[in-house]
Amino acid sequence: MTAVALPARLRGGTAFGRGTWLVLLAVAFAVGYLIFRGTSLLPHNEDAGVFKFFSDVRDWVNENRNANPVLVIVVGTIKAVAGGLVDLFVGALTSAGWPAIVALVAALGLAFGGWRLALLQLFGYLSLGVLGLWTPAMQTLGLTLAAVVLSLIVGIPIGVAAGRSKRVLRTISPVLDAMQIMPTFAYLAPMALFFSIGSASAAIATMIYAVPATIRITALGIRLVPAATVEAAASLGATRGQLLRKVQLPLAARALGLAINQTIMLALSMVVVTVLIAAPGLGGNILRGLEVVDVGAAFDAGLAIVILAIVLDRLTDSASRRLDPRNLADASVARFGPLPAFAFGRRAAIAAIAVVVGLVVVGLMSAAAQTFPDAVEFSFRGPVNAITGWIKVNLVLITSAVKNAVSYGVLNPVEYILTTAPWWLVVGATFGLAWIISGLRAAITATVCLVLVAALALWEHGMQTLTTVVAATAITLLIGGSLGIVAARNDRASSVMRPFLDAAQTMPSFVYLIPAVALFQASRFTAIVAAVIFAVPPVIRLVEQGIRMVPPTIVEAARSSGASRSQLLWKVQLPVARPALLLAANQGIVMVLGMVVVGGLVGAGALGYDVVAGFAQRSDFGEGLAAGIAIVLLGIMLDRITQGAGSRPATRLAKAPV
Amino acid sequence: MRMKLAAGTAVVALILAACGGGAAQKGTVKIAINPWVGYEADAAVVAYLLEKELGYKVEKLPLTEQISWEGFESGTVDVIIENWGHADLAQKYITDEKVAVDAGSTGVDGIIGWYVPPWMVTEYPDITDWNNLNKYADLFKTSESGDLGQLLDGDPSFVTNDEAIIKGLDLNYKVVYAGSEAALIESFRAAETNKTPLIGYFYEPQWFLAEVPLVHILLPEWTEGCDADPNNIPCDYAPYNDLNKIVSKKFADTGGDAYKLVTNFQWTGADQNLVAKYITIDFAGDADAAAKAAEKWIKDPANESKWKAWLP
Repeated sequence: MTAVALPARLRGGTAFGRGTWLVLLAVAFAVGYLIFRGTSLLPHNEDAGVFKFFSDVRDWVNENRNANPVLVIVVGTIKAVAGGLVDLFVGALTSAGWPAIVALVAALGLAFGGWRLALLQLFGYLSLGVLGLWTPAMQTLGLTLAAVVLSLIVGIPIGVAAGRSKRVLRTISPVLDAMQIMPTFAYLAPMALFFSIGSASAAIATMIYAVPATIRITALGIRLVPAATVEAAASLGATRGQLLRKVQLPLAARALGLAINQTIMLALSMVVVTVLIAAPGLGGNILRGLEVVDVGAAFDAGLAIVILAIVLDRLTDSASRRLDPRNLADASVARFGPLPAFAFGRRAAIAAIAVVVGLVVVGLMSAAAQTFPDAVEFSFRGPVNAITGWIKVNLVLITSAVKNAVSYGVLNPVEYILTTAPWWLVVGATFGLAWIISGLRAAITATVCLVLVAALALWEHGMQTLTTVVAATAITLLIGGSLGIVAARNDRASSVMRPFLDAAQTMPSFVYLIPAVALFQASRFTAIVAAVIFAVPPVIRLVEQGIRMVPPTIVEAARSSGASRSQLLWKVQLPVARPALLLAANQGIVMVLGMVVVGGLVGAGALGYDVVAGFAQRSDFGEGLAAGIAIVLLGIMLDRITQGAGSRPATRLAKAPV
Repeated sequence: MRMKLAAGTAVVALILAACGGGAAQKGTVKIAINPWVGYEADAAVVAYLLEKELGYKVEKLPLTEQISWEGFESGTVDVIIENWGHADLAQKYITDEKVAVDAGSTGVDGIIGWYVPPWMVTEYPDITDWNNLNKYADLFKTSESGDLGQLLDGDPSFVTNDEAIIKGLDLNYKVVYAGSEAALIESFRAAETNKTPLIGYFYEPQWFLAEVPLVHILLPEWTEGCDADPNNIPCDYAPYNDLNKIVSKKFADTGGDAYKLVTNFQWTGADQNLVAKYITIDFAGDADAAAKAAEKWIKDPANESKWKAWLP
């Protein structure tokens, strides 16, 4: 049998199905392992040449940063633009005074959504003040908005180019993949190196993190403009520029709105982390809470982030729906009357703006508007500390048992096998696995990635991290899958879950890491718990959505032919929803990977710790950067292995904040 | 169109707001806040005096040690108020690049070492002698350390020789990195509450020792040169006598009275622990805990002669 004939055979799957090949592969690996165990190992060496190379590059940049004219001009310009934007937004938001800001967002809510949205904005922003966090919240908001503006400046042109040309899209796609999986910690240190610490660096780092979403969604929006419309316009003699301005961009308005919405969400989760390079805002409050191990204090700041995320999400979501020209004909929007973009009349708008301007002037004049009144302050610190205290004392026996069962039963044996197997055997098995599931092309990419991890001198740590990631992904899919099915079949359960999912996705993980350490000790399992909390919400959402989108006619047909509820689920809904389920699995992996570095903060060691240490110690810079790249490589490898099971996701938006 | 005009007016108003803030000040002092409370206690008292007695504005930047030093170069940081050694950084930024200068001792001595929760000393009195550590290694086994005892390390930004010490003293232990100081403290807290065995890296002065008085395990005493080989160290950590202050060259040249106050600042570990206790216990959860703790210490008549002596 020739090698090339293999995939055709196994795809046909009549005599030799995928399952059989997988069993054969497992047997081959087991035999190979038993014979060659303990040979061709690549033990970790902290003084590897690769690490030194990266450190030398750092030193070169450090020495030439102020001398090399290219560095001075390019870096200086970028830094000045970013710094200027940050100063503008943060300055405006912190000095306008709270009455003006609250009135402004309420007016925006009224304009884009109506009374309900206005009230949500009003109470959302007031609650930031009630939590006693008005100023840091405004600093965080200002930094977020500055980073979003940067992302749009950079992202929309690239997104438009990628939307109009398949070649551009194919070229930048791997770069975007890498930007999304690369742990934030890994580029915070280089960021500080080029732009030095401070708000400007923070805005640029945030932009790097958020801009892939801007680019991807913009490109998608342009591509989805009906070809017939574009052709019609072109045949009427529209130039490329006219086509873009008059046809493609307006029709992609909704996608642009979504791009802004997602960019804001990602930027918001990132600005918390940039406190590590001296950015102002809520991140500092969280960091301070952690320093004295005061979970309750950190919780208040985390809650403020969740509130900001919700008010910004609802406002931009509503605005983007309203700005879509197609909505003019949409019955659900028609009830707002003839105004395309705004819910209220011109006179009301002018009145609202006059009120805001008046309040800004008042805010600048009076000190009272600068600080939120203490009288109405409320903190969740006491109750949160009481609850976590109770949990720590009463649940620790159970949680320790769970941790030990998973660690001794699964993590230790798998890690032992992966770190004592010859490296070529693991590489070979990866190649086989990827080939069976996703075909030859994917197998080659996956194998190259794994070999590069070895070339970066991070094989042993890579295998340890891989073990943790695979275990966390399995748990995520198990929990996310079952809750997703429950949510899809029960509206009540779905609506109960929603606020918890919102909170789990936007609450900075730093907040719940410390109680997790008390329950599960500093261990790989704690890292898994943190990853699961973060990765489960999108999996639930995607599974739920997938099952709900199974056409009702199919469900009805199965019901009328007498299928029971469980038959309906297993034989009809799940098979039909397969692409959505696979997308959920793929998302689960990406998000778990994003939390590898957070795991390094609570005892998971390996690549995550290398990245954290590289940020903290000058001498470990090279190893940290290499580890960041290794995480990206593992991410691409896992993505390629699993992608063949379904079609590749069109857009990937989610990534962990660290 | 009028909508746009009106929206433009609002934007202009906000921009005016952005530019209008801030009255004339005597100057701003940017103090790095490294992530431990003893440091914050020093910084809080100095910041209070700078603001209330000398009329400066103080900006506090929560940064790790290495990043703070980098701040001297970029002008983001003026003062590191408690520096633990860092000979390599001192060489780079003070000697080579000349962007920082030593501003003298804080009067506080630092200790780094291995610690166990107090219940273990009651249970196993001879555990404080390092010669018995191998005897007790089994106690410290965890899911993370395999067949060896687990030695828990903390924040990667802190100075550590632990792997080299284990090798140098031939101990059956494996270093497991908690990854953050918070994770380390929470682990010790849980170990004392639940009476579970734990040994780990810790240091003094540290506010947490007031809550759980961890016991220092004595390793073979440090002598000059015993830690010369970074991969094999058969002795304890060197004592950090006289933690010092580092300031940027620019601040030393142009800081005036603020610089004089920083150089004059000098107190004791007991003073620092008291303010640290005010921050973590008396004003726990207060957003202005540090400022209030500093105020409480400064308003105490017993301390007046101390801080009056620092004023220029």
